[in-house]
Amino acid sequence: MNSRSIKAFLKKNTMIIALIIVIIFFSVTTGGKILYAQNINNLFSQNAYVFILATGMLCTILTGGNIDLSVGSVVCFTGGIGAVMMDRGINGFIAFFVMILVGLLIGMFQGFWVAYVSVPPFIVTLAGMYAFRGLSNVVLNGYSIGVRDEMFLKVFGGGADCYIPNFLGGGKLNMTCMVAGVVIAALMVVLNIKTWIARKVKGYSNESMTVEIARLVIFAALILWIAWKLSNYKGIPTVLIWICAILMIYHYITQKTAIGRYLYAVGGNRKATELSGVNTKKVFFLAYSNMGLMAGLAGVLTLARMAQGNPTFGQAYEMDAIAACFIGGASAYGGIGSVPGMVVGAILLGVINQGMSIMGMSTNYQSVVKGLVLLVAVMFDVVSKKKE
Amino acid sequence: MAKILLEMKNITKTFPGVKALDNVNFKVEEGEIHALVGENGAGKSTLMNVLSGIYPYGTYEGDIVYDGEVCKFNKIKDSESKGIVIIHQELALVPEMTIGENMYLGNEVGSKAAIDWDKTYSEADKYLKMAGLTESSKIKVKEIGTGKQQLVEIAKALSKHARLLILDEPTSSLNEEDSKALLDLMLNFKKQGMTMIIITHKLNEVAYVSDKITVLRDGSTIETLDCHGAEKISEDRIIKGMVGREMTNRFPKRENVPIGDVMLEVSNWTVQHPKYTERNVVNDVSMNVRKGEVVGIYGLMGAGRTELAMSIFGQSYGTLLNGTLKINGQEVKLRKSPSDAIRHKIAYVTEDRKGNGLVLSQSIKVNTTLANLAAVSKNTVLDKDAEYAAAEDYRQKLKTKTPSVEQLVGNLSGGNQQKVLLAKWMFAEPDILILDEPTRGIDVGAKYEIYCIINDLAAAGKSVIMISSELPEVIGMSDRIYIMNASRIVGEMPASEATQENIMSMILASGRGD
Repeated sequence: MNSRSIKAFLKKNTMIIALIIVIIFFSVTTGGKILYAQNINNLFSQNAYVFILATGMLCTILTGGNIDLSVGSVVCFTGGIGAVMMDRGINGFIAFFVMILVGLLIGMFQGFWVAYVSVPPFIVTLAGMYAFRGLSNVVLNGYSIGVRDEMFLKVFGGGADCYIPNFLGGGKLNMTCMVAGVVIAALMVVLNIKTWIARKVKGYSNESMTVEIARLVIFAALILWIAWKLSNYKGIPTVLIWICAILMIYHYITQKTAIGRYLYAVGGNRKATELSGVNTKKVFFLAYSNMGLMAGLAGVLTLARMAQGNPTFGQAYEMDAIAACFIGGASAYGGIGSVPGMVVGAILLGVINQGMSIMGMSTNYQSVVKGLVLLVAVMFDVVSKKKE
Repeated sequence: MAKILLEMKNITKTFPGVKALDNVNFKVEEGEIHALVGENGAGKSTLMNVLSGIYPYGTYEGDIVYDGEVCKFNKIKDSESKGIVIIHQELALVPEMTIGENMYLGNEVGSKAAIDWDKTYSEADKYLKMAGLTESSKIKVKEIGTGKQQLVEIAKALSKHARLLILDEPTSSLNEEDSKALLDLMLNFKKQGMTMIIITHKLNEVAYVSDKITVLRDGSTIETLDCHGAEKISEDRIIKGMVGREMTNRFPKRENVPIGDVMLEVSNWTVQHPKYTERNVVNDVSMNVRKGEVVGIYGLMGAGRTELAMSIFGQSYGTLLNGTLKINGQEVKLRKSPSDAIRHKIAYVTEDRKGNGLVLSQSIKVNTTLANLAAVSKNTVLDKDAEYAAAEDYRQKLKTKTPSVEQLVGNLSGGNQQKVLLAKWMFAEPDILILDEPTRGIDVGAKYEIYCIINDLAAAGKSVIMISSELPEVIGMSDRIYIMNASRIVGEMPASEATQENIMSMILASGRGD
């Protein structure tokens, strides 16, 4: 490797390297506590809403740096609706579908103004932020309402026992979790090798074999390590399934489908996209509708985790989601960004949060550090772009 | 006689207040290259937008007959599905995306559920090769130069199975070498049976590639010339059709204005493009303007006129590589800021009055004083009465038609906006005014009034540089004319010797590189 390719490698993986440095830093300062099985587990369950909301936010940011300020309020509102419904004895799954649907409808409502009336998204969603916060209070009548539907809690990652049942036993080590980890790692390796060979046969250009193998080994090791950690705790948290499913679906959509392409294209050059025959208004509409859907799902997960609906929930959630996207390399002008990048951003934020909590730092300073990380990450991005 | 592939019959397209196309008829035979020529605003691009469905069926009158059937296109996709593909003047590419992604944008390969990237890139590579590009389709568009980007546009068109390819000013952003390559590529496509329409200002290109030429003027078809007919079509012949109008007394006389010493002089002025650093947008330009003199700079769009003007105005465009600037015989080094230029009594009145000139959401008053707020304030505190008085003064001087100077500029007509823009810069009390297309897009009456203002400025001893792409205007208004083409000054003559024909032929001669 010459110095130029090292530079290119560093530039491409800056945030991953930053994440590794941060993890090492907190491993030292917390005496390794940050890598405890329980903390790995909490990293996912505590930050579930960030992953889900940031997925939706990434799509709107791609269209031109447009953000959605209303999602925190929408999370609270849909959560409130679910809590009230279940409180009146309605089945948890029906409540789930209603919450998702309400989120989607809110997204379509806001998307309509953004896309077809050209009201700036900042204004539309600021209005939504106020309105749905108010409506949350109306729905919950100002009180918090507990959720007792055990099935709902279990499926959406709340309550004491929100893990995939351990069919396979295994005593202290949760066998189900470990086996699942091994299967997923193996599946990933096999599928990747299969595509690699298929491409080779068809004569398409391909990664070199060493790079491909190195990549697969690193990813497989990472999956196995997380599985091992979780096995040593209580197994696979149900919420992790939701997170992985959403991340995988949206990674696929952004990379493999036409609508995903349009998100990037609209943000990169709206005029050119229009002249290519793409209905750009529809792209904006879909991005915001989808954001509503994600907010609804985040509402479900938050309701389950807290086991209650409360009119103060979800505050500043939108900011966490936005920060995760920008730290993860999304451009504030649109057209650049990816799901894996966003995931790294979200994990980086989560690790910093958790590390500082374990160290016993006051939440006031935690907030300061988070702000600085966001500023530095975006500044780095802007400066490195300028040099090009 | 070959088959008629496309016939546009009696096309009329009206925008609010303007008839952009008036009963235009246009016929293209299969397998020919048909050039569409005309001055700026003659309606060429509008006609092509009607054809491609950007202006959908129903928003214009008349019929499009393509391949024997009447077509009613509602969107770009409709015309593309018939094989009519338009390549727009401004490159329609997303810089952050790869060549392959761009080529298939809106036209993705694969199933609805998944784009087949491998196939996308291998197909893209195939069409790139046909367009004469060796680059891989996996690199980002921003990493290749403009010339190659234009070829990517062509490859994109090919990938849509174009049967009728429309190129709108395809060479306007290209250097000579790239232009030549592009034109040769067109001739090559013709051999393979493709039909093409080319819109261009460059008549040497017209002569090089086309079989037929249709001339548009003021939204009407003037004539269609056959390049292979008995009569040889000279460039003068084309220009006559393009310009065509009678030169009457459209320009007020400037009488007894003494022309004084040299006020502004630039020598060996060379400016680099802000993004594509390998291109010089202004190349080794030397020029001057005297007190009380109106100097015209004529050139076609993209000749480097605006770039020259803006770089003189405190380097507000590009990077100055070389050159000296003298004001009143003294060499001046302007820092890279317009405020420094204003301090040295230079004003630049932009061609883009809505984008770069005026704050449309503010009043006439606010706009008038913006470039010289110090004149109406004391210790940085505005004196509102003085401001009002200043704006009112200029309103009367320039005869701006408005109920009051509190009127928002956005509500004014183009001509009155232009007056406000002039007022703004006159209020900055410059000695040197650079007017960039001062009469673009305004009606004949307002033009006359603007000309009178220019004459008054000259009479007051100011130096005026007037950039224009309207030949009659340049000849009618200037004392002296510089002719610019392809980033260079290619000629200079007193207005008394200038005719439309000799200016045009000067540009054409330089364009051919002899």
